[in-house]
Amino acid sequence: MPTISVKRDSLFAALGKTYTDDEFQELCFEFGLELDEVTTEKQMLMKEQGEHVGAGVSEEILYRIDIPANRYDLLCLEGLVDGLLVFQGKKPPPHYVLKKYEDCHSLHLTPATGQIRPFAVAAVLKGITFTKESYDSFIDLQDKLHQNICRKRTLVAIGTHDLDTIQGPFVYDALPPSEIKFKALNQTKEMTAPELMELYSSHAQLKQYLGIIRDSPVYPVIKDKNGVVLSMPPIINGDHSKITLDTKNVFIECTATDLTKAIVVLDTIVSMFSKYCSKEYEVEQCKVFAPDGAYELYPKMCTREETISVEKANNYIGINENGENLARLLSRMCLSSTTEDDGTTLRVRVPPTRHDVIHACDLYEDIAIAYGYNRIVRRPARVVTTGGQDPINKLTEQLRLECAHAGYTEALTFTLCSRDDVATKLGVKIEEVPAAHISNPKTLEFQVVRTLLLPGLLKTLAANKKMPLPMKLFEISDVVLEDKKAETGARNERRLCAVHCGRAAGFQFVHGLLDRVMALLREPWDKDTGYYLRQCEDPAYFPGRCAAVVLRGEVIGKVGVLSPAVLAAFELTNPCSALEINIQPFV
Amino acid sequence: MELNERILHYLDKNDKVDTIKLASEFEEDHQKIVGAVKSLEALEMVVSEPTKSTRWELTGEGQQVAELGSHEAVLYNHIPETGMAQAEVMKTVPNAKVGFSKAMSAGWIYLDKSGGAPLVKRKVDTINDTVQEHLIELKKGIDNLTTNVRNDYKKRKLLQEVTVKSFLLSKGPQFSTTIKKLETDLTSEMLLTGAWKTLQFKPYNFDALGQPPECGHLHPLLKVRSEFREIFLEMGFTEMPTNQYIESSFWNFDALFQPQQHPARDAHDTFFMSSPATTTQFPMEYLEQVKKVHSEGGYGSQGYRYDWKIEEAQKNLLRTHTTAVSARMLYKLAQQKEFTPQKYFSIDKVFRNETLDATHLAEFHQVEGVVADRGLGLADLISVLDTFFKRLGFHKLQFKPAYNPYTEPSMEIFAYHTGLGKWIEIGNSGVFRPEMLLPMGLPEDVNVIAWGLSLERPTMIKYGLNNIRDLVGPKVDLQMVQNNPICRLDK
Repeated sequence: MPTISVKRDSLFAALGKTYTDDEFQELCFEFGLELDEVTTEKQMLMKEQGEHVGAGVSEEILYRIDIPANRYDLLCLEGLVDGLLVFQGKKPPPHYVLKKYEDCHSLHLTPATGQIRPFAVAAVLKGITFTKESYDSFIDLQDKLHQNICRKRTLVAIGTHDLDTIQGPFVYDALPPSEIKFKALNQTKEMTAPELMELYSSHAQLKQYLGIIRDSPVYPVIKDKNGVVLSMPPIINGDHSKITLDTKNVFIECTATDLTKAIVVLDTIVSMFSKYCSKEYEVEQCKVFAPDGAYELYPKMCTREETISVEKANNYIGINENGENLARLLSRMCLSSTTEDDGTTLRVRVPPTRHDVIHACDLYEDIAIAYGYNRIVRRPARVVTTGGQDPINKLTEQLRLECAHAGYTEALTFTLCSRDDVATKLGVKIEEVPAAHISNPKTLEFQVVRTLLLPGLLKTLAANKKMPLPMKLFEISDVVLEDKKAETGARNERRLCAVHCGRAAGFQFVHGLLDRVMALLREPWDKDTGYYLRQCEDPAYFPGRCAAVVLRGEVIGKVGVLSPAVLAAFELTNPCSALEINIQPFV
Repeated sequence: MELNERILHYLDKNDKVDTIKLASEFEEDHQKIVGAVKSLEALEMVVSEPTKSTRWELTGEGQQVAELGSHEAVLYNHIPETGMAQAEVMKTVPNAKVGFSKAMSAGWIYLDKSGGAPLVKRKVDTINDTVQEHLIELKKGIDNLTTNVRNDYKKRKLLQEVTVKSFLLSKGPQFSTTIKKLETDLTSEMLLTGAWKTLQFKPYNFDALGQPPECGHLHPLLKVRSEFREIFLEMGFTEMPTNQYIESSFWNFDALFQPQQHPARDAHDTFFMSSPATTTQFPMEYLEQVKKVHSEGGYGSQGYRYDWKIEEAQKNLLRTHTTAVSARMLYKLAQQKEFTPQKYFSIDKVFRNETLDATHLAEFHQVEGVVADRGLGLADLISVLDTFFKRLGFHKLQFKPAYNPYTEPSMEIFAYHTGLGKWIEIGNSGVFRPEMLLPMGLPEDVNVIAWGLSLERPTMIKYGLNNIRDLVGPKVDLQMVQNNPICRLDK
């Protein structure tokens, strides 16, 4: 969930009201946000860098607010304020105006861009006035969008430029790296693209983006009519066209691998910042020419219309409001609506700030939020069904109780473990074990999904050496085995495992538990009609003290005394005997 | 004769006696006497009163003096007939400083300054080392010192006052000079012979705990799981089969209308499998519908408008939520000829590749409830949550708008915890999006409401645990498991 930091006092000034922290938290709760932390810039830096953060760092109170992941329109102070004011009914939803001029600015894509980053959109904000705060907010919003919807600049990269320092028409091209040379943002001299890649390879923020284009034969580059480089997306803008506090006119370009997202991003930026333009909420469109010469006008700033039924909306939520009231509720969520068809339907205008609304159910949720989730009256339950247990879980519950009755203590161990736990430590090679392997483990504790319950129980014994002997543990749970016949290539198997650890290994005790469990499952001790033990050898077990448990011809598990090598591998100093069987045949 | 009996005989003749005296009389260690007294007292044969006495003991230095002589005597004995240079005396004689001044004041030596360097010479021919004599006597326990002398020795750190705790014994209510053997328990033999009528029984100690029974134990978290299962079953829910940890991305994400570029599908949040790496079996007609609704929209939706790739859907992973199973169940439900309302539940393990800390592990148990019926809405969800959480002891709930890719509306559930005196986030819930249900083939007027919570969190709150590793995994303290009470969720 993205988090934004806003200066509390600026926020209150823009909202036109001062709140206590609790009051603001309540407002957030109703709207669907969360006031995560009240802090200062100094405190934040101290957390990262330690107590010695220097003077000059701001001690103004900051609010860190959690924003839902699909609300790009709330990712900056401007959007948050608009959203809250409209929600409180203190202001009507903003109305955006698109201006198209015959000689509007244009951005031309070359065919080469298709190799690396095929899409681009652009817009112009005229007559804008920045303050330090709105400037910081502008940069911050781009950063937040880059992190979230742009998926760290891989899907979309944003570049903003001082329009008065450059001259259109603009070209978006993709060139071999060595042919790109410019003075990058905050640099003192011109460098070629390879030099810049080298320079930024140790830059804390930028190095993570280099991989997006590094290995491509061509790098994206945007230039103006005179060859001045505006930017090399998604890495860095040019110094020449950088935005300052004095900038009056802004050119915004977004290059992308996903056009839908680029449109959303552009719509979001211009919606948020057009309020600072000389003509409030007015946005100037640009023509973006595809390599084949056809053009599209951006930003789209589409206001979509969606029609919903009043009755369905009421029922979806469980309230009973007339069309007029529902329309009022929607307006408070920036969704202007009017009633139609005698008040039975609502025509809702979904603005370009609400790209998260893609289906009528999104509108139902907004109605419910405006109404207040906690005001909804409960409807008595009317779905009458009889309950039922999953057979294998029912059997597990019964057997758990029986094992506890028999004097064993239940353990709950981890499903994920290291390769050694199920192979080397038990005297076998991992290649011989039908295990499911995880491709991206962070540590070796998560290399494979367990194929046996035994290692987990042995680890539990090792961590509880202070308990009096004998220690008797059991667990009834799933292991995962590779199985080509299964839909996903692997299947779960429910196992029962018990260990006895004492001054003597005590094979007869786990053997006795096995007999008891079999008796409870009504399996006779008989070679043909029930179960029996068949001596066998296994590297994990002591020679001569190991047997396969055979149920009507099928091996369902093993029982025996653990080999000293296994005990040593699991750091156990007392002998153990163990039992592990598959209980699925009994379901 | 046994020590106990000796003590009884002594008391018989002497009414009252101090244990210290007994120790010296019997020449036994005082602690042994005290031990015997205590067992006699348990039989109520004697009564003891704690008392304190002080006596004087030699310090370490005092021991040394008793053995080797006082510092002044040692110094005196060091000096030859002809005398010794003072400087040399100070250097070679142990404790010379003290010895010199004491020997001088006792008149045993004098300083001859006639020659160049001062010479120490004997003044008297023989000396009497009274200090050593006194200390030797004290060591034996004979204390005839005057207060002045004693204080002097105390100042010289040769003596220290020691408090000795002892007991004053007198006869108890059951006093007798013979110890009757007391029986500890009634036996079958006593019943047989009738001996129980005349035997004496040791008083039972009602102030101690009894013998703990030998028994097995169930794990605390799994006891909570059993309680949750019961609540669902009592409410008429059917358990879903969740014994499949490895799932395809299709059922875990795509079928739930979670887009392929969603951050949750990142390798750093989800465990992807290297083996088995992919699933290739899917209900293809349904898969095509899912593909369409993601990439183009439909069913009243704009869709996400991106290129949906089957390769992404084929990737195997360790399921990140049991909602994947709910999706499979709803798809199965949709294949029925006629729709019937259903209530499903599941409680099983899910896996997340997140940062680990005191309250987060890579695997935990998710509890999930699902209700499917025609015309269900948010009000029904709120009602079912009220009923469910009341069973857990939470009577006050609050709902907060939230965002899930597959539910809309979505609500975070907050409950008021009376023990902690505050609101806590207890779960997540919502109405499944039509983009998820309609491609399955469910009738348009069927809505599905669902909610979920983790099993570990309420258990940790209930048992006051701060670290999840104290509840799950090999490092759990088995003593805690054995002492854990029955699970009563609403208490």
